Amino acid sequence: MIRFENVTHFYSNNQEHKVASLSKINLDIKKGDFIAVIGANGSGKSTLARHINGLLLPTEGDVFVENLNTKELDKIWDIRKKIGMVFQNPDNQLVATTIEDDVAFGLENIGIREEEMKQRVDWALKIVGLSGLRNSEPHLLSGGQKQRVIIAGALAMRTSYLILDEPTSMLDPKGRKEILKIIKKLNKEQNITVVYITQFMSEAAQFKNIIVLDKGKVVLAGSPKEIFSQADFLLSLSLEIPQITRLARELAKNGLNVPSNIINEEEMIKYLCSYI
Amino acid sequence: MLIHLKNVSYTYNLNMPFETEALKSIDLMINRGEFIGIIGHTGCGKTTLLQLLNGLLEPTEGQVLIDGINIHRNKQKLREIRKNIGLSFQYPENQFFEETVSKEIAFGPKNIGLTGEELEQRIKISLKMVGLDYNAYKDRSPFYLSGGEMRRVALASILAVDPEILVLDEPTASLDPQSCNKLLSVITDLYRKYKKTIIIVSHNMEIIAELTKRIVVMEKGEIVMDDTPKNIFQYSIQRLESIGLSLPPITHAMNELRKIGKPISSAILTVEEARDEILKLVEKK
Ligand SMILES: Nc1ncnc2c1ncn2[C@@H]1O[C@H](COP(=O)(O)OP(=O)(O)OP(=O)(O)O)[C@@H](O)[C@H]1O
Ligand SMILES: Nc1ncnc2c1ncn2[C@@H]1O[C@H](COP(=O)(O)OP(=O)(O)OP(=O)(O)O)[C@@H](O)[C@H]1O
Ligand SMILES: [Mg+2]
Ligand SMILES: [Mg+2]
Repeated sequence: MIRFENVTHFYSNNQEHKVASLSKINLDIKKGDFIAVIGANGSGKSTLARHINGLLLPTEGDVFVENLNTKELDKIWDIRKKIGMVFQNPDNQLVATTIEDDVAFGLENIGIREEEMKQRVDWALKIVGLSGLRNSEPHLLSGGQKQRVIIAGALAMRTSYLILDEPTSMLDPKGRKEILKIIKKLNKEQNITVVYITQFMSEAAQFKNIIVLDKGKVVLAGSPKEIFSQADFLLSLSLEIPQITRLARELAKNGLNVPSNIINEEEMIKYLCSYI
Repeated sequence: MLIHLKNVSYTYNLNMPFETEALKSIDLMINRGEFIGIIGHTGCGKTTLLQLLNGLLEPTEGQVLIDGINIHRNKQKLREIRKNIGLSFQYPENQFFEETVSKEIAFGPKNIGLTGEELEQRIKISLKMVGLDYNAYKDRSPFYLSGGEMRRVALASILAVDPEILVLDEPTASLDPQSCNKLLSVITDLYRKYKKTIIIVSHNMEIIAELTKRIVVMEKGEIVMDDTPKNIFQYSIQRLESIGLSLPPITHAMNELRKIGKPISSAILTVEEARDEILKLVEKK
């Protein structure tokens, strides 16, 4: 369980900018939840993520991870042990001189035995397709390769929570699909709690629930169908509906009896088959 | 003809233990006023290619010719080309070095001689093009912004120079959907009205399909396709998928319908095309 109680955050280095980056957030994330977070640039998504593992502390309010308050400094490592994080910019997270060591870094910190460590690193590198580059230097990689290293590091930790901040923004379409598939599988088979920040509406549509942020506030929460049926509201938040949903609305506007909350391809094809 | 990569290869750390051959015998001609999309799997060499285009990297083999002149044999041409090409980096932070947003954006225009009111005006216009409010952002540090805000500041600093050629490495990554649309309409304007040459690397197939006029597909350091969006997304689907790419969702859906025998016509690339096609077929029936 992760709980935000009335959390407000002001960045202290940001004197010119006296707007709260998070404003009175109340949020309950339960074990096994599978949540996408969407919102305009600057709406507070990354700030929210950084509060979950105590990298940022609330200016007001409290964040709890399984009853541990992130403000209790002596508990911070207990909290971080439970949470796998992927930050928006991989450069800020790459630490070691080889890819292998980078993926192993977190494991060493929590005292995983050599043998198991090796197994987990192999497994994670294979999943992200970097086995062949294990001895390369992380900072000499392509943009997408760096992102894959960080994802591997988070997966290798086998934490019960995964907080992923636009983890696939630099991946090719196939890589993006594969990562989402793995995350879905971890959620389904091991009940891993996933909080996934994304700007791809078609990705958000594949989650059980979506949280929408605007100016540091949660302004909408619900299933993808509920969220993406509010096209005009999303537009006003600088968001949009997935491409397939846009087609559904266009067809409905032109008199076809297509539900305007279709969010995936299979549904769309099924409906169209009855028309053409 | 504007830029010609003539039989270009590039190897990182040449003759060192970790040498990586990033580009192999690339031959690419880019004409003035083109709008080109470059796509390909993670690590296939896109960023490396962009950095060769503006002379940031020097090929280990072959030549980079601009207007027929080898830029690495002609310092003046190299300087000229750097001025005329605006290159935005894949990770915007790597581009920043000033302490405020307005200084960051001012750097380029200052270099080409702008000062005073004219310079200030240029900063304002550029921020507006990326949808950031001048007063709210001008004094903030570019390093302490959200990811999408950083991307927009980086793009503004490129646009501020008003270069002839825009070379953009994943310009829409991390942008929210409406900021993305706004930026794309700015870029389209630069292409249509101001006849700029645009070269864009993106993993977003929707954007590549809708906007560009020519797509260059790369695989493992080589160019494997070079054609119009219609042709690439219609005739080379299996090939695309085998190298880790895909169709835009709408194109994919229409394609699936065609596969099960529905008379959908050639590659549909946008929601509007799909709508018109379906309405036409419904009417026929
Ligand atoms: N390190 C920082 N120092 C000061 N202010 C910051 C910092 N990071 C973000 N901000 C500000 O806090 C607000 C929320 O930023 P945050 O990074 O959480 O947004 P976001 O929703 O993740 O946006 P994006 O989609 O662009 O990544 C923004 O107004 C931003 O300018
Ligand atoms: N500075 C560097 N030193 C050594 N090798 C590098 C360096 N930069 C990139 N490479 C390697 O060169 C190859 C091409 O990298 P490049 O960055 O051009 O790929 P890309 O197509 O832009 O990938 P992405 O979509 O992930 O950004 C990759 O194998 C990468 O690991
Ligand atoms: Mg963010
Ligand atoms: Mg790249």
